[in-house]
Order: sequence, then C-alpha cells, then structure tokens
Amino acid sequence: MIPPFALEICVVSLGIFLLMAESFSFKTSKVTLAHGAIFGLLCVFVLSFWTDLPADGLQGSGFYVVDSLAMFFKRFALLATILTLILAIDYLPIVQRLVPGERPEAGTGEFFILPVFTCAGLMWMASAADFIMIFCALELVTISLYIQVAYMRRSLASLEAGTKFLILGALSTGFFVYGITWIFGMTGETGLNAIQKSLSVIPVANHTALLFGLGLVLVAIGFKIAAAPFQFWVPDVYQGAPTPITAFLAVASKAAGFVVLIRVLQPFFTVPAFQEKLTLALVFLAALTLLFGNLSAIPQTNFKRLLGYSSIAHAGYLLIGLAAIGDSFAGKAVVFYLGGYLVMTFLSFLVLVPVTKAAGGDDLAHFNGLAKRSPMLAFAMLVAATSLAGVPFTIGFFGKFFIFEAALNQGLYLLAVLGVIAVASGFYYYFKVIRAMYWQPAGDEAGPVPVSPLSRMAIFACVAAILVLGVFPRFLTDLLP
Amino acid sequence: MISVSPLLFLILVPIIAAALVMAGANARTTSMLGSAVNVLFLFALLFLYDESAGSFQFLGSIPVLPQFGLNLTLGADGLSLVMLFLSTIVTFAAVCVARPPVDNPRWFYVCLLFISAGVIGAFASLDVLFLYMFHELALIPTFLLIGIWGSGDKQAAAWKATVYLATGSFILLFGIIGLYLIQPEAARSFDLRQILAHAEAGLIPDNPVVYLLLLFGFGILVSLFPFHTWAPQAYACAPAPASMLHAGVLKKFGLYGLIRLAVPLMPESIQQYAPLLLALLLGNILYVGYVTIAQRKLDLMLGYSSVMHMGYIFLGFAALTEISLTGASLMLLSHGLTIAALFALSGEIRERTGTLDFHELGGLARITPRLGLAFGFAAMASVGLPGFIGFAGELLVFFGSFGAGMPAMGLLNGQEVFGFNAYQLATIAAVWGIVISAIYMLRAYRRVFMGPLAERWSRLPDLAGAPHASLVLLLAIMLVFGFFPQFLVNLVTPALILP
Repeated sequence: MIPPFALEICVVSLGIFLLMAESFSFKTSKVTLAHGAIFGLLCVFVLSFWTDLPADGLQGSGFYVVDSLAMFFKRFALLATILTLILAIDYLPIVQRLVPGERPEAGTGEFFILPVFTCAGLMWMASAADFIMIFCALELVTISLYIQVAYMRRSLASLEAGTKFLILGALSTGFFVYGITWIFGMTGETGLNAIQKSLSVIPVANHTALLFGLGLVLVAIGFKIAAAPFQFWVPDVYQGAPTPITAFLAVASKAAGFVVLIRVLQPFFTVPAFQEKLTLALVFLAALTLLFGNLSAIPQTNFKRLLGYSSIAHAGYLLIGLAAIGDSFAGKAVVFYLGGYLVMTFLSFLVLVPVTKAAGGDDLAHFNGLAKRSPMLAFAMLVAATSLAGVPFTIGFFGKFFIFEAALNQGLYLLAVLGVIAVASGFYYYFKVIRAMYWQPAGDEAGPVPVSPLSRMAIFACVAAILVLGVFPRFLTDLLP
Repeated sequence: MISVSPLLFLILVPIIAAALVMAGANARTTSMLGSAVNVLFLFALLFLYDESAGSFQFLGSIPVLPQFGLNLTLGADGLSLVMLFLSTIVTFAAVCVARPPVDNPRWFYVCLLFISAGVIGAFASLDVLFLYMFHELALIPTFLLIGIWGSGDKQAAAWKATVYLATGSFILLFGIIGLYLIQPEAARSFDLRQILAHAEAGLIPDNPVVYLLLLFGFGILVSLFPFHTWAPQAYACAPAPASMLHAGVLKKFGLYGLIRLAVPLMPESIQQYAPLLLALLLGNILYVGYVTIAQRKLDLMLGYSSVMHMGYIFLGFAALTEISLTGASLMLLSHGLTIAALFALSGEIRERTGTLDFHELGGLARITPRLGLAFGFAAMASVGLPGFIGFAGELLVFFGSFGAGMPAMGLLNGQEVFGFNAYQLATIAAVWGIVISAIYMLRAYRRVFMGPLAERWSRLPDLAGAPHASLVLLLAIMLVFGFFPQFLVNLVTPALILP
C-alpha cells in the first residue's frame, strides 16, 4: 500500500526525469521520451489501485482530500494524459514543420514532457480542498497549457490561440483570487471544510458579500469549463492549438474544472439560504451554455472548431447535472458523463489526427469519402459522433439519460425543454461528420489513411469502451464515488 | 439472475448475419438466409405461444442497472408476436427485393439488417427504456441508407427525417423518464410488467404532461399531422427495401408504444385530450389525403398515403374501446404488409423504367402482367377491400370509434334530442378517407398500368425470382388473414389492457 500523495510525486519525478533525459541524451529520438512518459504514467495508473484511502479522507491539515471522487479523477487525468501523448506522437510531423530548429528533432522534447506536468496539476486539483491549494494546482495546469497551446511557433493560428488563452486565462485567475479574498474576508478561512463549519455562524448580513465572492469564483471556473457567457475564448483557442493539446484542453482541463466546482459548491449547498441562489445561478449558466454551444455549432465547417463548440455544449449538459445536485444520483451522473465524454472526445481526436496528416487539414471537407478510403477509421468516427449525439447503445446516451433523469426528478423543466432543442441541433452537427464520411465522394488524390499501431490500439480501446458501456453502464457506475 | 429469452435469438440473428457480411460472406445470400431463419423461428414461437395462458411469455432478463430497475427484459404477448411477425416477414421481403447497389453492397445489407435488429428488439422488449433504445438503433442505418443509396433529393430528405426523428425520440425519452418518475419512489421501474402492476394497484397517477410527451414523442415517429412532413420525402428518396422496413415496420413502433403504454396507464388523459388528437388525426386522413391525390409521382404518393393511413390507427387508439383498439392492432399489421408490398412494387417499377412519374408511365400491365396484378392486389388491400386484413381492421376501428364516448344529448325546442359526439363526428369524417384513398390508388393504377404503352417500355422484364416470390408471400398473408381475421383477434385482444 502506498500513500495517495505518492502518485503526484511519482508523476512530477517522471516529468523531471524526462526533462533531464532529454537534455543529456540529445541523440535519442524524442518519440522515445513520449513512449517513456506513456509507460511511466501507465505504471502510476496501475499503482493508483494500490493506494490506501484514509477513513476520513483528509490528509495533512485538511488541504488535501483523498476520497473516491479524487481517486476517480486522478485516474481520469492519467488516462487523458496518456491518450494526449499518443495523439502527440502521431501529430509530431506537423509540430516539427512549425517549430524552428537546427535539427529536425530539436525543440520537440517538451511537447511530450509538458503534459506530464499538467497531469500532476490535474491530479492535485482532484484532491485540493483548500482555496490556496486549488489555486496553485489550477495555475500549474493553466501555465503549462499556455505553453502547449502556443507551441507551434511558426503557426500564426497557434500563436493567436496562445495569446488569447493567456490573456483571458490571466483575467479569470484575477477573478478567482479576488473571489477567494472576499470569501476569506467573510469567513476567515481558506479550507473548504473550515468554511463549511463557519457558514452556519456567519451573520445573515454578510451573506451578500460571501455570495459576491462565490460568484467571482464561479466566473473564474466558468472560464475553465467553458460555460457561457465565459466561453468566447474556446473556438479560437481550440482551432489554433496543436490538435493533441486541443483534446487535452477539451477533456482534462474541463473535467478538472468540474471537480473544483463540485468541491467548492459542496459546503455552500449545505446551507439552504445559499442553495436556492446557487441552483438558480447554475440553471442560468446551464441554459445559456446549452443554447450557445449547440446553436453556434450548427454552421461550423472546421472540425476542430466544431468540437470546440461541442465541448461548450457538453459543459451545458454537465451543468444541468450540477444544478440538479440535490438528486441522489446527480453527482454520479455528472461523473459518469465526464467519463463518457473523455472516451468519445478522445476517440474523435484519435481519428482526426491521422486524417489531418493524410488530407492536409482539419475541415469537415477533409473527411469526405473516408468510409471508402478507410472503413474502419470511418466506423470509429461514426461511433464517436453517435455517442456524442447521444444515440442509444453508446455511452453518450446513458450520460444524457442520467443527467436528464436527475434534472426531471428535481423539477428543472426549463432545462429539459432546452435539452430537446440542444439534442436536436446536436444530432444535426454531429451527423455532418457522418454525412461527409459516408455520403460525399472522396477527392481524387485521396488514398487510405495510415494509422500507427499505438493509435490503432487506442482507437480500438475507445470504441470498445463506448459500445460496451453503452449496453452495460454498470461497469462504470459501480466504480463511481 | 441472468435468464435468456428465446427472443434474444431473433435479435441476434440479424446482427450475426451483419457481422458475417462484414467479414466477407456473400451479402445477399447471408442476409436472405438470416431473415428466413428468423421467419421460421417466429413461426415456431407462434406455435409454442400458449394462447390460453395469455400475458407475456418467452421471458428472459439480463440485469443492466439494478439501482434504476433497468434490465434487458425480453418477452412477448399476442400483440408483440403479431408485430414481430410483421417485422420478420417484411425484413425477409425487403432483403429479397433488394438489389445489391454498385458501391458498398456490404454496407447496404448491414444497414438493412441493423434496422431489422432494431425493430425486432423494440417489439420484443418488456423494458420501456430498451423499447426506446432499440428503436433508436434503427436511426443511423436509415440515415445512411437514404443518404448513400437513395435517389432524388436524398440528402435533404435524410437530413430532415433524422432531425425530426431525433427530436421526436428525445421528447419520447422525457416521456419515458416522466413515466418512471411518477411511480412511487421506492418501487420505480422500467419493467413493463411491474409498471402495469403498479397501474393496476392505482399507484400511478394519470399525469397529462407525461401523456402529452408520450403522444407527441410517439406521434412524431408515426408522422402525426402536422409533424408528418419528413415521412413522404424520406420514403420517396429511400431505396425500396429501406422504405419497406421504415414505413412498414419501424413507423408502427410509435402506435405500438401508445397502445402498450398510454392505454393502460393514462386512459383519463387520453379521453381528456381526445378532441385534440381527433382534430390532428383528421388532418392526417383528410388534409394529407387531399395532398396525396395531388401527387404526380408514385413514390411520393405512396409516402403520403402511408402518412394518411396512420390517421385510422390513431382513431382506433383515441376511441379507446376494445373493438377499436383491436382494429388498430390489425391495421398495424395490415398497413405494414400493404405499404411494404407497394414500396417493393414501386421499387421494381423504378428499377425497370428509371422513373415513377405518372406522365411518363402507362400501359405497363400489358408488358408486365405479374407486376400489374400484384400492384392491383396491393392497391385494393390499401383501400381496404373486403378479403384483405385492411378491411377487417378499418371496419373494427370505425365500429369501435362510432360507439365510443358518451352520447351527446341536448334540448331542442323543449324536446330531448340526440346528437353525434366528437368520436362519431370524427368517424363520419374519417370514412371519407376510404373514398379518398380509392381515388388516388385507382388513379395511380390507371396511370401506371393502363392506357397506351410507350414505345420505350415495350421490352421491360416481368417480375421473377426472389422479389416475385416475396411479393406473393406478402399478398398471400394479407389474403389469408383477411379471410380469417379471427386468428389475429384472438391473439391481440387479450393483450389489450383496457381501463
């Protein structure tokens, strides 16, 4: 049995080791580094099943919490990072073209090592139970992502994406810190447990100030999870960033945002006076996010951008689940949805990267005739798109089903009505990919799309996970906190 | 506690056949063999079904989500057996009629087989959520079938149908979740048997919102007026086997669901909202009927006619009497077989001539007599001529709905007089639908098969081989049950649970 915080230490040591290895052995191929990172992270993933969970969940002086939710998200972060690295290996030729260096190998090592540090940040975030701790973990994640988004120095789009992400990210950090100050000022605490205790003794006159602080924190997390109206950075950043990093942003950073949101809101939901107002705010956010994400995804022609809007749309469904948190199953529903979202989003990116390499771009038109060129790749994308749309017998259906069941049980009828609009437009834009692959004729020069064995394995694993969990969701729900 | 139902075999056969086709087996032979096995297996089930015992038989259950009371439970009673019979027969006919397309013939058959697996699963499920999920399974193959191998404005048609069906089915999903939530909290279940037991014990309140969600969710899937516009276009553009399966079987799912769920659980809401439904279904019969008359192409005309005929079945449902519901169930079968035969025939005509425009066709009966005869039979069956099941079904629906509701009474000049109630008025208006369908069907027959034969059609081959055999089979079933409807009535009536 190993202590849970050893997992993060292992990940950080792995990152430092890889950095050293890169600087001292510049002859070896950088892909070896990526393989090393994947192997190391897999080892940590396996180790995570041998950690001993303390009975009260608290470690240290209450800033670090280890419960099953935290463990689930640690594994989630590890898996997401492994998949990102697999994507990154495939994407390497495009990065090399856009990164200047004396030798073709130069300057690509960090592209594989930075995600490892991000992963450590994500894992800390899953356990953070103190505003200071949350802030530090969040910054580790965000700052390493700034670099990764702007990594392709010769691509204007990548630089623009990096700048936008940096400025808006910094702004949201400002909101976050300012919000924490207000909450600290009212309660005198930064630990979430301590805040929960002091909430009951705070005079009613101070509630407004506390809510103001919480609202600012909500705005900051809204940036991270791409909830409308704080979503405007998403399409440009997602389109401009290197594709593996887009996937990483869309899945890992969003999931971490939701964990923080669950943790931060938990103490406030125990007080009826706050619960009502928070639910209202979450309903408002969810409604806006659902509508914006789904409706503006409809006219998109670039697939990465489309996935950007779709990630906003999925944040909307997840927020519905959070707004219905009073339901006993809602928490599980949110986590289940995130699990499904990880698999299906990475699957679509795993197909996108080889297609981008073979067809020379990531527009929907580059998918034309994929069914004839590579039937198996097209089938994988079909599974991903139907799952994202929420067709039964895929994991995406059960995700939506649980969320809406919880929402209806809590009487959030407005969100259910908006959900119908959202789902209908979701069908429209996800089926655009299927249409391109199966209906449209392929271009003249297009041949079969080559896929590396490692990605083939990952694609196969994702397809299997989507279909098996689409029939037997119990395999995942039984694992959930 | 996993127990396996023999019905699982029915669902798995098309899926295994599809897997074999993908693995490289001969697509056409494998699909025909698979669907023939299913037909034979279903005959065996019909033979084994114990009519005196009634209720659900061939039970089997695989737990999926215990905390939600969700299991993959399969089972069948008389009504589902009739629907399963329809599904397997139409699948067999569709696979026989299908001609392998030039590009991607494998995928074509795989799509057909998956639609078949979906509908069989839907009719065999005793779990309400799986009933819904299996129906949705057919959505993607339909989208691909119309979009890839269709004709005319196929992409727009496939698009429209998919968005309509997806929207309808999500409304339906909310209806089903609602149905789950109005059950008492400790005993919530998706199991149809348990839901019916709750209803019998009076534990399920008759919730009008849930009823309306179910009505419009199922209604969009059945092309209830005014949500019908996706259907004619999609059927006209789809390849013939796809239209046969979709119009013949898949669309019946909505009405099947309403008879299964709404009739036993929400009878009061059905009666409360009957005027609304009556108005809409008259839109189906009369308005869409007139639109059908105006069509100038055979495929669009058949598409509209299939929308129109849904109106009668809705009438049987809205009237909520035993006779009318039995009639509605018979019409599910009769319309499924008839429209499948008609779409198969129109596909055969298109295969030979390349057009279905009334202005270009004519006199085909002289050169292709078997095709003409089969079309004549199918057209008569569609109009509801005595001797076909359609007649029995329509008659029961009209009798049942005319006797439904309370008689309207009032005072006129101090004297008590009787008037017609809403059901009776609707029935009277609906009977005119028979005249309308006679007009368009006979006119279509005249335009396509009679009159002078154009020179360029003088060398058309007649019906032969597997398509011929499968059409004869469809027509023969219509005639047999048309003369002996009692067999069906005995199967279906005990399955109807009336308030």
